[in-house]
Amino acid sequence: MKNGEVSILVGGKAGEGISSAGQIVAHLLGQAGYRVHMYFDYPSLIKGGHNFAIVRAAEEKVGAVRKGVDFILALDQQTVDLHRPRLTQGGVVIFDTGTVKSSSGIGIPVKEILDAEKAPAVMGNSAFFGAFARAAGIGWESAETVLRKSMPKGTEQNLRVARRAYDMAEERLKIPGTGGACLPVMTGNEAIGIGLLEGGLQAYFAYPMSPTSNLLHFLAAYADELRIRVIQPESEIAVILMSLGCAFAGTPSAVGTSGGGFCLMTESLGLAGIAEIPIVIVLGQRTGPSTGLATYTAQADLHFAANAGQGEFPRFIVAPGDAGEARAWSREAMRLAWKYQVPSIVLADRIICEGLYSVDGLTAPAPGSGPLPADPAVRPYFRYAYTESGISPLRFPPVKGEVIRVNSHVHDPDGITTEHPATTRAMAEKRMKKGAGLLAEIEGMDPVKVAGDRTAGTAILCWGSTKGICEELGSAMGFRVVRPVVLQPFPEKTFAAAMAGVARFWMVEENETAQLGRLVREHGYVPAGTILKYDGRPFFVEELADELQKAIA
Amino acid sequence: MTGIDPQSLISRAKNLWCPGCGNFSIQHALKDVLAQLDSEGHPVENVVIVTGIGQHGKTFDFMNLNGFYSIHGRTIPVATGIKLANPGLKVICIAGDGDCYAEGLDHLVFGAKRNLDITVLVYDNRVYALTTGQYTPTSPYGYRGRSTPGGDHENPINPIELMLCSGASFIARAYTHRRDQLKRVIREAILHRGFSFIDILQICATYNDLTSYYNARVYDWDEADAGDRDAAYRKAREWDYNRDARIGLGILYRHTAPVFEDSYPVPKPLTPQERDAWIAGFMEERG
Repeated sequence: MKNGEVSILVGGKAGEGISSAGQIVAHLLGQAGYRVHMYFDYPSLIKGGHNFAIVRAAEEKVGAVRKGVDFILALDQQTVDLHRPRLTQGGVVIFDTGTVKSSSGIGIPVKEILDAEKAPAVMGNSAFFGAFARAAGIGWESAETVLRKSMPKGTEQNLRVARRAYDMAEERLKIPGTGGACLPVMTGNEAIGIGLLEGGLQAYFAYPMSPTSNLLHFLAAYADELRIRVIQPESEIAVILMSLGCAFAGTPSAVGTSGGGFCLMTESLGLAGIAEIPIVIVLGQRTGPSTGLATYTAQADLHFAANAGQGEFPRFIVAPGDAGEARAWSREAMRLAWKYQVPSIVLADRIICEGLYSVDGLTAPAPGSGPLPADPAVRPYFRYAYTESGISPLRFPPVKGEVIRVNSHVHDPDGITTEHPATTRAMAEKRMKKGAGLLAEIEGMDPVKVAGDRTAGTAILCWGSTKGICEELGSAMGFRVVRPVVLQPFPEKTFAAAMAGVARFWMVEENETAQLGRLVREHGYVPAGTILKYDGRPFFVEELADELQKAIA
Repeated sequence: MTGIDPQSLISRAKNLWCPGCGNFSIQHALKDVLAQLDSEGHPVENVVIVTGIGQHGKTFDFMNLNGFYSIHGRTIPVATGIKLANPGLKVICIAGDGDCYAEGLDHLVFGAKRNLDITVLVYDNRVYALTTGQYTPTSPYGYRGRSTPGGDHENPINPIELMLCSGASFIARAYTHRRDQLKRVIREAILHRGFSFIDILQICATYNDLTSYYNARVYDWDEADAGDRDAAYRKAREWDYNRDARIGLGILYRHTAPVFEDSYPVPKPLTPQERDAWIAGFMEERG
């Protein structure tokens, strides 16, 4: 076990609750004052197959997992067979003596425990949890607190099952408490949902698609309490158009999808662009092209998101690096979409969406200003009135004596179709003025993050979910880490300041062509090299450390 | 109550339809109906038209009505969003046969399935006119257009039968050369609470002038059994938009059913304080 951190792998068959088991372990370590991150690896099927979750807990902020693990919780034989080589020196395997053969570790007779408590098979995970808590030297009280919170149904029976296993196991590898505060642990999807709510979300539209389906499920589960509407339309085409209809009538909403669904939305993305209707799209990237790997990750849709739709129009694209940033920037995505009447895209990925993160609830900065209200004294109302900022004040039907028109064609200030060259040009320039205003505001929003050794002349450039691993290795290995969070409009000034004094830099990305590398080249920055991964899995800490060593040393 | 001047609903935009186009009849019927409804306590500012792309779509520019000029085939999802945001608005989708029977057919079926409280007027001229004369889903078998010089090899769909089995709660067929009936049916459709659909046989003076064909075959349905679904199926199947038969006009079917928006009433949003308290509670649970 490394100093100040611990990694636990939970493995079993799909349908055995591996993700939930990993989450409970993550919560237990959160209670002990650790910051946690969980990576969940599962194939695209419902029952059977091999699933595993890796929980990494550390005293410092953590956003990536190691290949090496200190504990393996083996719900099936395959977990031992596949993952034992990962076990670190002194690591412990906890297994079910009834179904799994292991040459060492702590065996728990899960079936006997369940029989003794007349508990259903699904409660077997509580036995593993109890045994793990004991093996890690964690007091029963902490385990009980976490189990009570995580198991609102059948709580007492689960506790009895866990307690029996706790008493049968023995302490093997103590995970000491850090004395740090216990931070909330949540998925990126939940954090995005909270950010959207903080941005004024009143309705959410989505067609199910991994990895954002759980955002749909999260908002649907709490829709009544939150007093929002959550609707699953017939296609992603209907999804985005319903959201645009809502916005036309004055109701802020958002949509969520992945690459395939976003393909279907692109025609309406252009509609939002020319008609100047606010739209917020959560785009969770997964491995492509096409259906690709449905349940695995990628960072390969940056240029697609940046260029989707025919014609030219400003858009806001932000790629948060963890759940905390996902929350803060989802709120800003809502605000900026409505202030500038442009599309906002929250560009996440499988790791952000479905990964677990410890979040500091207090990090969200105060929001900036919202849309300018329309002056009812100005009559007649023109939906596309020319203004200095290019932003026309918004009004929503019904307004007595006024006609409110939005239009997918080139239109005049009143929204009526025109083919007039001077109006065509003036309206194009009006839209681009909004982009300039948006860029100016973004430059003041700390849109490019610098971490690691902040003065080093050697840098790594990354974006999105590789934040955690790059910052960790940047600090450990002495590299500067430069990470644009806002990707469109590209904050060139802040980026230049972040790059001041950098002599050489490498791109670290989870795609095949270094998409951020292509973007910074457009602005005159040429990378010395690239470190790329595109097998659907995130970089593991040891793996990227080796690659960096080889590339840069 | 005195209503607005119907003429005030016609915009300053220059009209671009061909002389003799059936669209004029629909535009003026709509204008007269909305002005009349305004005088009866349905104010015109509560009306929103959502148009697709095609000659029908130009109605957006030619009228002084709140409007959303959408993209080809995509009127109904926009209307759904508008109704969810504000169920008090009267939303009228103005669509074409290419527009909503081809590119956006799924939305038409789902709008009917949900019994959304909107009105859909399909300007069914049975040809793509804006793109200069290609066959559409309701063109007859063998239609010779610029993309099918040897005649098309598909049977047309029967939109009113499709709407019946999809769950529309108001279904009618009208014809642009029967102005009074057209006005009456549009009025009834707008006043109907639920998904109201009118297939309007509209002649295209340039690419598909079926005036004499329709004039020789149209007759008025007896609307006394408009609540009888089986009768509606029989009447809907009398003419399949292809073979020669009598063509019934009027209200085919109507019944009362729960509407979509009632299942998703507009809630009173949480105040920022209530919302922040909810979030704090959620965080606490996850701590």
